[in-house]
Amino acid sequence: MDNRLSISLGIVTLQNPIIPASGTFGFGLEAAKLYDIDCLGAISIKGTTVLPRYGNPTPRIAECAEGMLNSVGLQNPGVDKVTEEILPKLREVFHQPIIANISGFSVEDYVQLAEKMSREEQVEIIEVNISCPNVHNGGMAFGTDPKAAGEVTKAVKTVSRKPVFVKLSPNVTDIASIAKACEQAGADGLCLINTLLGMRINLRTRKPVLANRYGGMSGPAIFPLAVRMVNQVASACSLPIIGCGGISTAEDVLEMMMAGASAVEIGAANLVNPYVCRDIVEQLPGLLDQYGINNITDIIGCTTK
Amino acid sequence: MHQVKLKILSNTALTADIYRMWLQAEDSDACTALRQAKAGQFMNIAIKGCYLRRPISICDIDDNKICIVYKVVGKGTAVMSAMQAGELLDVLLPLGNGFDLTPAGETPLLIGGGVGVPPMLMLAKRLLEQTEKANVILGFNTKKDIILVNEFRQAGCNVTVTTADGSEGKKGFVTDAMSDIQHISYYYACGPVPMLRALKGRLTAEGQLSMEERMGCGFGLCMGCTCQTHEGAKQVCTDGPVFRSTDIIF
Ligand SMILES: Cc1cc2nc3c(=O)[nH]c(=O)nc-3n(C[C@H](O)[C@H](O)[C@H](O)COP(=O)(O)OP(=O)(O)OC[C@H]3O[C@@H](n4cnc5c(N)ncnc54)[C@H](O)[C@@H]3O)c2cc1C
Ligand SMILES: Cc1cc2nc3c(=O)[nH]c(=O)nc-3n(C[C@H](O)[C@H](O)[C@H](O)COP(=O)(O)O)c2cc1C
Ligand code: FES
Repeated sequence: MDNRLSISLGIVTLQNPIIPASGTFGFGLEAAKLYDIDCLGAISIKGTTVLPRYGNPTPRIAECAEGMLNSVGLQNPGVDKVTEEILPKLREVFHQPIIANISGFSVEDYVQLAEKMSREEQVEIIEVNISCPNVHNGGMAFGTDPKAAGEVTKAVKTVSRKPVFVKLSPNVTDIASIAKACEQAGADGLCLINTLLGMRINLRTRKPVLANRYGGMSGPAIFPLAVRMVNQVASACSLPIIGCGGISTAEDVLEMMMAGASAVEIGAANLVNPYVCRDIVEQLPGLLDQYGINNITDIIGCTTK
Repeated sequence: MHQVKLKILSNTALTADIYRMWLQAEDSDACTALRQAKAGQFMNIAIKGCYLRRPISICDIDDNKICIVYKVVGKGTAVMSAMQAGELLDVLLPLGNGFDLTPAGETPLLIGGGVGVPPMLMLAKRLLEQTEKANVILGFNTKKDIILVNEFRQAGCNVTVTTADGSEGKKGFVTDAMSDIQHISYYYACGPVPMLRALKGRLTAEGQLSMEERMGCGFGLCMGCTCQTHEGAKQVCTDGPVFRSTDIIF
């Protein structure tokens, strides 16, 4: 193991900063058939809700220049099946920290999910998704209002036995104010950004491409925006940050960390190159040499104000 | 699933907007991928200038060569149609479950509609290794859209062609040609959803349907390609694209 890559997210130490992002890596089991996923820093599992969810009608996927839109709508088998059936399987093939991404429609949902998930062995971080743009009456509603974001954070903190990271939405005018509200409410860290709400229209049918009309945009197209938001939040708060949005190369990882992230999540890139996370882990040491970086932690937040 | 590079051997127009591409597996990984591939499985192709890969069914495999037949409908397939012999394609393959040949019986019926026709060719060839006879109905909009009929005949299939406008073969839809077929032990179909729905309603035999859905990944990561079945939500890319006709809820 190359400890030049080791980073910490508060009390949780990762062997490297590379984390597949929630919703773009399933529960790790498909990827485990392709390569040894123990090379990853951690895995953020598919957003889990209290009850099983089918998600939105299809088509759920659209494309854009250097990116994509999705309106999956949190399709998942529900927390009980995840903890009873899926996590035991993941633990057989993965021995690094698991990040449990949870999504609710009420504060009570988040509390129940955090209680259950934080009891799970190997789940070392609870990632509170208050930023899903694809479900109504929930998700993003909590992530676009500082007061609501603070309330969810506080409630989850009272029950969680594991550090709580809040996943922020970019669909706001002042992301730093949301971040500060989470910090004041006791969050142990932040993850940003989730997808940006977008739309595509089919010229022939004159209808939206996505059955749900709008969808969350991700991929390289949003990278500069994500870097800027991470930098703003890192400048405004002192919490550890997982930077996410548009990362697809090892260079992008360094850039996101220079903006202020201690670790990164990689989303859409997994869908087009299933090996991207493994490849980046392998490329990082050489890239550190190339840029004269001793330890990857040396560059974290070197551009914050 | 393997991520491999395949070399384009030929890329020729079959109609005004439908192309056939033969690809060569050059390294051992690619050869392994081709050996593992089954009828009804697909590949996901990286295309320059497009962020997402494009899913295309396997039409035929001949030793270390693989064939796809695709219709130009948008940006990605337009780029493909301009590619030249010698260029390399980055593909993920084989993807999906493929057809199950075991329940075929003695007189299986294969039905393909439009660009649902290509995957039926490899299926027909594989089926004829185990049965004497395969009846095939191929449905098109009009004479100019007709593809692969000779290939099915050469493989030894009994082929009926239908066109919606009657410009060739029997006038009407594939369902209009079914009464001519004496015995159907089992059926396999790929084509537009209205065709699949009509078949399921008309045929008393059981069968397998190949479904289509917009895909983010093609190998089970994104939950983009979900369809509803009697066993709950399934992914077209990993649980399918082939489903038992009795499982699908239209
Ligand atoms: C399992 C499977 C097998 C397929 N096999 C074949 C085949 O053998 N021959 C063939 O001609 N076509 C096949 N298709 C359809 C083919 O994938 C689309 O026509 C193609 O992706 C269109 O790409 P484009 O860039 O030209 O169109 P654009 O409209 O520019 O594409 C935009 C986005 O929408 C997606 N998309 C558009 N139309 C479809 C569609 N009908 N199905 C799924 N995604 C779509 C594209 O993949 C892309 O992500 C198959 C689809 C699936 C799911
Ligand atoms: C298909 C898809 C599904 C996603 N599902 C979730 C989810 O369940 N929970 C969540 O917090 N984020 C989800 N996201 C957002 C990603 O985790 C990530 O924040 C976002 O895509 C930006 O990163 P990227 O540009 O690297 O994809 C999803 C993204 C995609 C593309
Ligand atoms: S296309 Fe991603 S899960 Fe099927």
